[in-house]
Amino acid sequence: MKPAIFEHERMSSIDDVVQALANADGEVRVLGGGQSIGPMMNLRLAQPDKVLDLSRVEGLDGISEAGDRLSIGARVTHARIEDGEVPGTTGAYMQFVASGISYRSVRNRGTIGGSVAHADPAADWPTALLALGGEVKVVGSGGEKSIPLDGFQVGPFTTGLGWDEVLIGFDLPALGPNTKWGYYKVNRKPGEFADAIGAVIIGNEARAVCGATESAPFRVFDIEEKLSGGATELSVADAREILSGHDAGFDDYELQIHAVALSRAIGRAFA
Amino acid sequence: MPDGTSEFGIGAKVLRKEDARFLNGHGRYVADIARPKMLEAAIVRSPVAHANNLKVTAPEDSKGRFFTADDLSADCVAPIHVVSKFPGHKGSDYPHLANGKLRFVGEAVAVCLAETRAAAEDMVAATGLTFDALPPAIDMIADAEPGAPKVHDDWEDNVILDSRFEENTDAFKESAVSVTRDFRMNRQAVNPLEGGAVLAEWDAREERLVVHSASQIPHILRNALCECLGLSQNQVHVIAPDVGGGFGYKCVLLPEEIYIPWVAMQVKRPVRWIQDRREHLVTAANAREHHYSVTLHADSDGNFIGIEADIHVDSGAYAVYPHSNILESTMAGRTLHGPYKMSAYKVRSRAVATNKPPIVPYRGVARPGICFAMELAVDALARELGREPCDLREQNLVPVEAMPYTTITGGEFDSGDYPEALRRARGLIDLPAIRARQEAGEDDGRQIGIGFGCYIEMTALQTSAAARAGLAAIPGYEQAQVRLMPDGGLEIGVGVQNHGQGMETTLAQVACEKFGLEIEDVAVRHGDTATSPYSTGTYASRSMVMAGGAISRTCDVLGERIRKIGAHLLQCDLSQTEISSAAVTGPSGSVPFAEISRVWYRNPEELPDSVDPGGVEAVSGFRPEPDNSPFSYATHAAVVAVDPDLGSVEILDYVISEDCGTIVNPMIVDGQIIGGALQGVGTALFEESNYDAEGQPLSSTFADYAMPGSTHLPVLRLDHLVTPSPLTEFGVKGLGEGGAIPPPAAIANAVNDALREYGVEVAETPITPRRVLTAIWKAKQSRLSSVETS
Repeated sequence: MKPAIFEHERMSSIDDVVQALANADGEVRVLGGGQSIGPMMNLRLAQPDKVLDLSRVEGLDGISEAGDRLSIGARVTHARIEDGEVPGTTGAYMQFVASGISYRSVRNRGTIGGSVAHADPAADWPTALLALGGEVKVVGSGGEKSIPLDGFQVGPFTTGLGWDEVLIGFDLPALGPNTKWGYYKVNRKPGEFADAIGAVIIGNEARAVCGATESAPFRVFDIEEKLSGGATELSVADAREILSGHDAGFDDYELQIHAVALSRAIGRAFA
Repeated sequence: MPDGTSEFGIGAKVLRKEDARFLNGHGRYVADIARPKMLEAAIVRSPVAHANNLKVTAPEDSKGRFFTADDLSADCVAPIHVVSKFPGHKGSDYPHLANGKLRFVGEAVAVCLAETRAAAEDMVAATGLTFDALPPAIDMIADAEPGAPKVHDDWEDNVILDSRFEENTDAFKESAVSVTRDFRMNRQAVNPLEGGAVLAEWDAREERLVVHSASQIPHILRNALCECLGLSQNQVHVIAPDVGGGFGYKCVLLPEEIYIPWVAMQVKRPVRWIQDRREHLVTAANAREHHYSVTLHADSDGNFIGIEADIHVDSGAYAVYPHSNILESTMAGRTLHGPYKMSAYKVRSRAVATNKPPIVPYRGVARPGICFAMELAVDALARELGREPCDLREQNLVPVEAMPYTTITGGEFDSGDYPEALRRARGLIDLPAIRARQEAGEDDGRQIGIGFGCYIEMTALQTSAAARAGLAAIPGYEQAQVRLMPDGGLEIGVGVQNHGQGMETTLAQVACEKFGLEIEDVAVRHGDTATSPYSTGTYASRSMVMAGGAISRTCDVLGERIRKIGAHLLQCDLSQTEISSAAVTGPSGSVPFAEISRVWYRNPEELPDSVDPGGVEAVSGFRPEPDNSPFSYATHAAVVAVDPDLGSVEILDYVISEDCGTIVNPMIVDGQIIGGALQGVGTALFEESNYDAEGQPLSSTFADYAMPGSTHLPVLRLDHLVTPSPLTEFGVKGLGEGGAIPPPAAIANAVNDALREYGVEVAETPITPRRVLTAIWKAKQSRLSSVETS
């Protein structure tokens, strides 16, 4: 469990990263906190020729609020979110999510940007942020742009990030104080990757996400419609019925635990 | 018997002597040891479960750094060959490196050496393997039958040993009630914090091979090295430094413990191999896999008549040294009765070879499976009879007045009050309160259940039992070397190996008990064949019984020599002296050990002419007399909550009432029980080494192999009965393994109790949410279809 030979480059600016990506010869990976890519390289499941280390790049670890928007840098760690650095209702929601990610030493190093760019279907942030809505900020050869979180992850470990683009942060809604949120993660032990996630946010709009699937997390519009219509609960049987209309490739057990996760997320939102 | 007067003696709550180095990070494990010019090894392993015509292509430029089975056989290195004396046992070679045929995924094929482990792994990736894949034997039940793919070509079938145990089978006719069930305990890995680790070099000055290994059995490893490499005992020095847990995984020989030292001799440089976790989870997926078809018979009052069973044990591809591959199947076959009296017995038990890693004796050895099968059958019978399972147990446990008790298969229970342990566990867990709570129901919709598990554990494997099986290591008289040091302190050498049990403390407590020393004045040395007495090592919950007994007996011998010198200095008769508080006391006063030492070592001119020239150092030994094993026992009781929507199980309360005889150190006893119980929770709810139909392991990282954690046990409530064993020094019984035995039984019974209204019985470990939900749905479906048909 030692990585294959690779070149490690400590980057000093985002421009350098973009240039390195554009000039890449062979496989290049961007290193955030290294809590996913590190083990994958040790297992030789990932064998990049070059790793671009973001740890010295400035301007990626900010958290700021402007009006009804929140800006969060890609290199913000799960631990900082767990410690309450993100303000308001959005912060409370994210704090809850962050506190369930692995254990503290992983949270000390693992980053929100790294998690979303890595796009492990069983990870928390891809599902949690899709429920929140908002945009991913990226920089590439063509300059800076925003990509909606809706549709950003397209499959397991696959996102809309171009090969010459790097994720630099998120533009997220600052939820109002009356916004309801609920997050329910099914797993065998605290901090493990999820077997199923239900995430709901009911504010100006209602969003309900089914996560920890075989592929990308997806919004469940039938549930969102019910929530928009004033529903404050959803039975497991109804959730099963709705989810079975989605082509998620669930077997009976998976369908059940995802239905329970959504049902209980809604229960938590209105508890 | 201990009188409780020694501050550091038997029964004292002494803090562990080992803690300072472990807690400060000063422990020294094999991976902490580096030697000049050391090479790191990485191993090419089989990617398939079963194949023949293996051909290996070395990486480019790897001459002198790459070794295969051909190199071993060119040097006449002998394979491991373990045969049992049991009639009909099929023997096979266990090649250190695969030779033509591949028999499990992860089997070692070649050794790659480089300056770093990463570079050695590059060589592994560059190694070419070709072979002709064969259909694998993966299912122990189907593959026990004729016509299955054969793991060993020269065998008639895959049955390693077919054992039958039959007593008084006519009595089965008396039975009024019978329950028949199938139970399965799935395969899991033994997971010590530290995996396998070997560092070997040829020491040209000492003219011997020096092998550091994370071993529980350094002397047995030396035997194996001599047998395989053709070296004399004087040419091999084995050191087991700090060892990070073993649980049985390290009481058998790993092939690496032979071929790494051999490779080091070839390259004439130190070579180190440190097993990584993926390597571990693949090659050490080697424990627990049992299947039972059981029928338990009783009369109409619930008195057990007897048990019939057909048992399969998946023993993997090879027999491990020295404990072989039939320990589990024979123990399961012979002792399925557990702590219960019965008059009829008919059990067939088969050890089956499959294309999986060879089975090793993991903490509890067979008894977690035995206990699971027996205790679930007892609960099924209770449901059939409409009885409280606890009452049915109490009625059938061997009663205290029957001790010592000879079991239906000839085992000897030495002492104990089995029903009392059950009664105390029932009282502590408050059975009536749980029944009332079940009546009331839970606000959160979960189902509460209570379950019990009773077991007996034969500890400190006796000479005759090991000899009957013909094991390659038969324990005899365990020995200890005890030396009074020039300053009056004590140094003790033992051949058993401490790998987390706190033995440097508990064994020192024995000497403190005998001599009234302070704990810091006693050092226990172990884990080095050059300095310790020969021993078959640490396994079978034997170290406190055997090495503790040996220290006690040796202290008797040494004590008399010390008293002789003391009597001379006190100018009194030997018979007038005694030892207490590290001094010899006579009618006129006392002489401290330091003074005795001064005279022996520094001023021998003051010694009498009649002094024993053997001095103040002695070796003696101990074995239980008669040659029987002390039996520990306990009742575990669990309360669980089952979430019927998710299938998840939470343990709400857990009680253990146990008897390990005289307790040497209460804190260490509790620690052993708690650690064992958590491993039992792993077996019950989490741990499983999954395979696909091709024999590919699906659980090769901790992302896929679930380990229990500190959140999975409530605060355990422990209760101790103390029935001293008549067989041992101080009345101690073995303790190390017991905690791991009954949790799968107690937890499964609790789950089944919780789900009784659903008509659900889980019968397989681990009890995963998927298995629970599937069982609930199946029960629902069968109810629906039975409604339809009626």
